[in-house]
Amino acid sequence: MSALRTLTRTRLAQPVCRVARLSLRGLATSTGELKKTGLYDFHVANGAKMVPFAGYSMPLSYGDVGQVASHTHVRTSAGLFDVGHMVQSNFRGATVTQFLEWLTPSSLDSLPPYTSTLSVLLNEKGGIIDDTVITKHSDTAFYVVTNSSRRERDLAWFSSKLEEWNASERAKDGKVDIEVLDGWGLLALQGPESASYLQSLTSFDLSELTFGKSAFVPLEGFNLHVARGGYTGEDGFEISIPPQHAAEVAALLSKTPVQLTGLGARDSLRLEAGMCLYGNDLDEDTTPVEAGLTWVIGKDRREAGERGNFIGAEAVRKHLKDGPPRRRVGLVVDGAPARQGAKIFAPSGGELIGTVTSGIPSPTLSKNIAMAYVQTGFHKKGTEVEVDVRNKRRTAVLTPMPFVKSRYWRG
Amino acid sequence: MISALRQASRSYAAIPRRVAAAAGSPRLTPQLRTLITKKYTEEHETVTYDDATGLGIVTITEHAQSSLGDVVFVELPQLDSKVEKGDQIGAVESVKAASDIYAPVSGIIREINEQLNDQPGLLNKAPETKGWLCKIEMTKPEEMEELMTEAAYHDLHES
Repeated sequence: MSALRTLTRTRLAQPVCRVARLSLRGLATSTGELKKTGLYDFHVANGAKMVPFAGYSMPLSYGDVGQVASHTHVRTSAGLFDVGHMVQSNFRGATVTQFLEWLTPSSLDSLPPYTSTLSVLLNEKGGIIDDTVITKHSDTAFYVVTNSSRRERDLAWFSSKLEEWNASERAKDGKVDIEVLDGWGLLALQGPESASYLQSLTSFDLSELTFGKSAFVPLEGFNLHVARGGYTGEDGFEISIPPQHAAEVAALLSKTPVQLTGLGARDSLRLEAGMCLYGNDLDEDTTPVEAGLTWVIGKDRREAGERGNFIGAEAVRKHLKDGPPRRRVGLVVDGAPARQGAKIFAPSGGELIGTVTSGIPSPTLSKNIAMAYVQTGFHKKGTEVEVDVRNKRRTAVLTPMPFVKSRYWRG
Repeated sequence: MISALRQASRSYAAIPRRVAAAAGSPRLTPQLRTLITKKYTEEHETVTYDDATGLGIVTITEHAQSSLGDVVFVELPQLDSKVEKGDQIGAVESVKAASDIYAPVSGIIREINEQLNDQPGLLNKAPETKGWLCKIEMTKPEEMEELMTEAAYHDLHES
């Protein structure tokens, strides 16, 4: 049983293909070197099964709650996730808006204060270095969350680009600096009952805080940055917490009906919601146009010119104008679930047209869902294709994402 | 102990009951002269070989099911197919991962547990009994000797 090989310590060094990415992340680091979030002891005390993930020891599940039950609880009630392994940073300075608009194709200039947007850091070829959520606090202050698995790459990129920026004429009105919020907690409270639960802990009117908005919210004596959104497709909040209070806030946020939820359910929830996992569904050879993330590119930033000047713009514009050679799509696969790496073929034993990047049996839909990249031309919804799983061709149909309808609070 | 077991799998008739008991082997049939041996693989499977029928019942281990989590799909081996030890013969899918099932021994697949098509959860509830995967008519019963005892298996994944 190949997946289990990764679970026995003696075999940790031999990742096997076709095993869920989840269990393979961070395998290069031995258990002894794994980092811990401020909630490690809290997880262990709550019966978490800890696994290596992106260099951290993180909870996969808690107690004897199975992944399907845990997943379903978030879809029907509320779950709390420790996402404190993710990298939180503050960017400040008089020219910070222009700086971040150089690193990303987002229209941050026109983003209202205390509003967040999904964005991408692009390399010179328009490939995605990381996906990120950027929150604007003011024209001179942004809060940025990036992936833990990309920590070193991102921080090195920020550092070199900051140096380049601050030494250039573009920073003449003021330099930009970055503060990485190391050790800070980040909790995601997700699910249809998360708003009523959080409301019971604060006088702040959460109905005002619609999807994509953020605010400093008084929570039982703490004043915490709360952003409405998340990685499940459900209504929810991401709450940033100073290091010394993380465990206390986690305890406060995990009472009935909220259940602690691990990485296992996090992956199946995000995939049903059609959201990308960096490393699976996004990488440095993929442009945002190929990734179906054209919507993160500001409308005023698509044409060449002053506003259209960002790192990787030329390659991105080529894909916008000519169409990308391949596209990220959703699939529903008959028979067996197709996992990362499964090959996709044109119908009736046709040629290779793509590859699955993430796939699971969906707990909500009881269908096998997958994200994949296919050649342009095969990307339209309803297109029938074949996916090879264990040397058998299984039929699959291109299906729009999200697979499970999002239920954000839009007021 | 080890030599006793080797002998056990070769000439069952002469082996006293306590050897089978020492091997931790459940006795599934009342016949005294049948020796039933249960062995484990590094791939987290078990084979229970009944030398009266020549059939080896293949399951995943309790440890495997608990590590996999909720099993949602089982791809069973092809009935009457001839398999060599180590061949990939099926798969167990949980939400988080697909795990291949390898033939722990060589032979011919004589029965498959079709109940798993409708009730894959049996693999979680009773992995080593009701959730059996297939029965292999073993062509090389001596392969049982190469597999691990229960104690050796537990040492492996608990070390």
